[in-house]
Amino acid sequence: MKKILLSSIIVIIGITFLGRLSYLQIFSFSPDQVMEDPAIKAIYDYPERGYIYDRNGKLLVGNDPAYDVMVIPREVRALDTLEFCTLLGVPKEKFIKELKKARIYSPRLPSVLVPQLSKQDYARLQEKMRHYKGFYIQKRSLRYYDTNSAANVLGYISEVNERDLARNPYFKQGELTGRIGIEKVYEEILRGRKGVQYIQKDRFNRDIGPYKDGQLDTLPEQGKEIHITIDKVLQEYGERLMHGKHGGIVAIEPATGEILSMISGPTYDPSLLVGRERSHNYSKLHYDSISKPLFDRSISFEKAPGSPFKTLNALVALQEGAITPSTSIGCSGGFYIGRSKKGCHCGGGTRNLNSGIYNSCNAYFVGVYRKIFDVFPSMGEGMDAWEKHMESFGLGGYLGSDLHTGRRGRIPNRAMYDKWYGAKRWSASTTYSNAIGQGEVAVTPLQLANMTAAIANRGHFYTPHILKKVEGKDIDNPQFTEARHTTIDKKHFEPVVQGMADVYNHGTARWVQVPDIAIAGKTGTVENFMKIDGVKTQLTDNSVFVAFAPVDNPKIAIAVYIENGYYGSRYAGHIASLMIEKYIKGKITRTDLEQRMLEKTLEHEYAKPYSGEEFKINVRAW
Amino acid sequence: MLGKSILKRIDWLTVLFYLMLVAIGWLNIYSSTFTDAEPSVFNFSALHGKQLFFIGTSFVAIVVILALEASFFERFSSVFYTISILLLLGLFIFGKTIAGATSWYDLGFFNLQPSELAKVGTALALAKYLSDIQTDIKRRKDQLYSFLIILIPAILIVPQPDPGSALVFFALSFVIFREGLPLYYLGIAFLAVLVFVTTLMFGTTWVSIVIILLIVMFFILKKKRFKIPVLPLITFAVVAILFSLSVNFVFNNVFEQRHRDRFSLWLRLEKDPAKLEQIRKTIGYNTYQSEKAIESGGFFGKGFLEGTRTKGDFVPEQHTDYIFSTVGEEWGFVGTATVVLLFTLMLLRLVYLAERQKNSFSRMYGYGVISILLIHYFINIGMVIGVLPTIGIPLPFFSYGGSGLLFFTILLFIFLKLDTNRLKEGI
Repeated sequence: MKKILLSSIIVIIGITFLGRLSYLQIFSFSPDQVMEDPAIKAIYDYPERGYIYDRNGKLLVGNDPAYDVMVIPREVRALDTLEFCTLLGVPKEKFIKELKKARIYSPRLPSVLVPQLSKQDYARLQEKMRHYKGFYIQKRSLRYYDTNSAANVLGYISEVNERDLARNPYFKQGELTGRIGIEKVYEEILRGRKGVQYIQKDRFNRDIGPYKDGQLDTLPEQGKEIHITIDKVLQEYGERLMHGKHGGIVAIEPATGEILSMISGPTYDPSLLVGRERSHNYSKLHYDSISKPLFDRSISFEKAPGSPFKTLNALVALQEGAITPSTSIGCSGGFYIGRSKKGCHCGGGTRNLNSGIYNSCNAYFVGVYRKIFDVFPSMGEGMDAWEKHMESFGLGGYLGSDLHTGRRGRIPNRAMYDKWYGAKRWSASTTYSNAIGQGEVAVTPLQLANMTAAIANRGHFYTPHILKKVEGKDIDNPQFTEARHTTIDKKHFEPVVQGMADVYNHGTARWVQVPDIAIAGKTGTVENFMKIDGVKTQLTDNSVFVAFAPVDNPKIAIAVYIENGYYGSRYAGHIASLMIEKYIKGKITRTDLEQRMLEKTLEHEYAKPYSGEEFKINVRAW
Repeated sequence: MLGKSILKRIDWLTVLFYLMLVAIGWLNIYSSTFTDAEPSVFNFSALHGKQLFFIGTSFVAIVVILALEASFFERFSSVFYTISILLLLGLFIFGKTIAGATSWYDLGFFNLQPSELAKVGTALALAKYLSDIQTDIKRRKDQLYSFLIILIPAILIVPQPDPGSALVFFALSFVIFREGLPLYYLGIAFLAVLVFVTTLMFGTTWVSIVIILLIVMFFILKKKRFKIPVLPLITFAVVAILFSLSVNFVFNNVFEQRHRDRFSLWLRLEKDPAKLEQIRKTIGYNTYQSEKAIESGGFFGKGFLEGTRTKGDFVPEQHTDYIFSTVGEEWGFVGTATVVLLFTLMLLRLVYLAERQKNSFSRMYGYGVISILLIHYFINIGMVIGVLPTIGIPLPFFSYGGSGLLFFTILLFIFLKLDTNRLKEGI
């Protein structure tokens, strides 16, 4: 017993140790501990973010060096605080507060004391810096905007948040990422790849050399420069026209689907969201709940399209054989739904397809709409076919563009009406507002422009997109380079295009003709309502216009949507014609019209619902 | 002729284990003290260079020991012991203080730690006393004297303060047990430790309930065949419960906060994560860092000189008491298991050697050697891998330190020398 006691103890101790060691080294071990190892510190080398150019190679976004004043509190020696603060341009109290904060964070590690000095401040400070021990300047790269427009297109970058960190392991606290717009969608192309250098640290957090002699280190990969499809001149011009107006303008090159401009009004100067005043400016924009400058009305704003939608109904009716171009319908200054008479602004008379379009006759199109459903054995089947045709124009769903956000819009369908009214309890009379683009139909300005591009191309379109070139090479993504065909045969487009051309020749937009440019367009005047203190109140009509030009070889298709702009040609039509002229001719001949559009604002209309007083709508006086 | 015959008779297996441990130990000291600036192996200003010098010194000591007469050690054992005690006493006057402990003599080129010498001296003296023809371990008086031999150096070492080294001497009581001290002494000590630990973990109430249940079970199971020793059993239970109560008192009133923290860390008593984090940063810092370093090694380790935590000096005292964590980080489970196996095999081999001694002095000295090596190995690795509370004693043959390596070598090789003589003087 005594002889084996000691041996047993030795063996038991051995087994215990091996057990504990296998627990520690085999079961608790996880191989990705390297990043959590306190002994290894990764130092990142951030590449410069890619530049953004417009379609003609004009710079939109570049980078600007910025200078952060850093402090290592432990190394700070007695200094003339007042003089230093004057140099830095910060109040003394703030300086002392920030220094204290840095000391609490860590006396040994560098903290940012004053972020993002301007070049001027930096120049003044640079020479004196060596007198101040413990402070140094760290260079960073900030976005620099060579334009004060296109904020909604370009987007902005900001520090990554908890969600970004959780979603993408690439990011580390404090890094920047594209938040909206191009910066977000093409984040990875623009950002490049940061380089990393692993440093071996000791327990006092001092560097003691490269980890594994730098075998795991990587070099940064530069961000790529991109060209976007936006035309800088047109974009800037459109934003000037949009001054004081709420709404969206989208212009597309029909032959490619490239978005020439995408204007949201009101907007903001993109430079506001860079630099020291960034968060201050951001809250100001964010809390402006009436004009909502951060809300992109060109792509996120769903409204009834109004009369431009009539062109699609005409195309559907032609395709389904419900009408021919010469089918005529009488207008008695209105039309009947059951026993009630609805008004029409066209002036009355007998209308065919051509005059129906250029006079925007409601009675004619309600008639056409009824005829579409007469072709089908039941309302339901008719509605299914109608929905399919409409969706082939990119309505009622996401377009699949490369924009960071967007809305589906809405094309009503059988299921929706069945739910609202009950199966077979609805008819063309119930849904007649679809005929004139009011009521349930909703589109975004982008969808409206794309629909116009499809008409301009006589039956097909390219998915609208914003990216043109990466590093000088044209994109070859089939999603954007292959045509999408509508369900309407090519031959049916000519009469509709002719009708739209006649809108300019002798129709609702005859006042906004552009000399020497053949334009096809369609006005829209959309009733709109708002709940004020719980009461549904009608506001001044929205002014809508779609157009493309030249008629025979379209270079631009445009949709303009101006909130509370009254009738279609009043604001939207004028703005569209100016945009087309600017794009095709490069200069404006009708300077007095231009002057009026640049100067007039609709602020008084937008103030009405909030004034708390009775107000009149659709006032004809300018 | 003597040299050649010694080389034939010495137990080469033990020598091999010894050399392997020293070699592996030095590699790890090199890794934990090396800097890129001073990569030279023979740099005597660096710690690994100094250790190389001590290894050389130890080899000289081996030659001297093997050259001496075997009977020299038995004859002069009391002299060694007396010198050790005098040196320990001398520390109170001439001692040099390093890291708060007055445990060294400054000899200029080298700091001598007399407590290391005292381990050899005490092992020799105890073997000598017990093997004396007039000593009968069944007698209370002789039991008392044997314990005194152990206690005197221990008591002198405690106030240095170096309670860890003092603890080592108690391991020598194994020798006394081997020579006939009744085992129930050991049993009682074991039970006391068990009650102490379980009380801290589960509280007096649960410990009392379990003790009472055990006694009741004993009654039920043994009723028919045995006469029950009622009175001793009850006494035992009462003493155990009283001891359990006193544990709480001692723990809360006698222990200092740092002792309490060590125990709560060891027994995982602290559940509050904030406080646990605090303990890890203060009293438990060493253990936490060394566990993490070992864990990060995984199965195969990070490779020689590649241990990031070792390089970053995250584990304090890594080249001395925490040297085993370097093995864990750089050589992984393969390395740690190898070291544990080497120690286990070496100790088992020594038990075998001790048991084959015909001379009772040699056998008892052998047991002394085993006890001292075993307790160091057990407490040191147990502490480093977090199964025992922090008690600072070195890992034999492994940890950096001149006195340590030299006297562990002397301790071992005196026994190997005695072993070579077992047939010659087998009286």
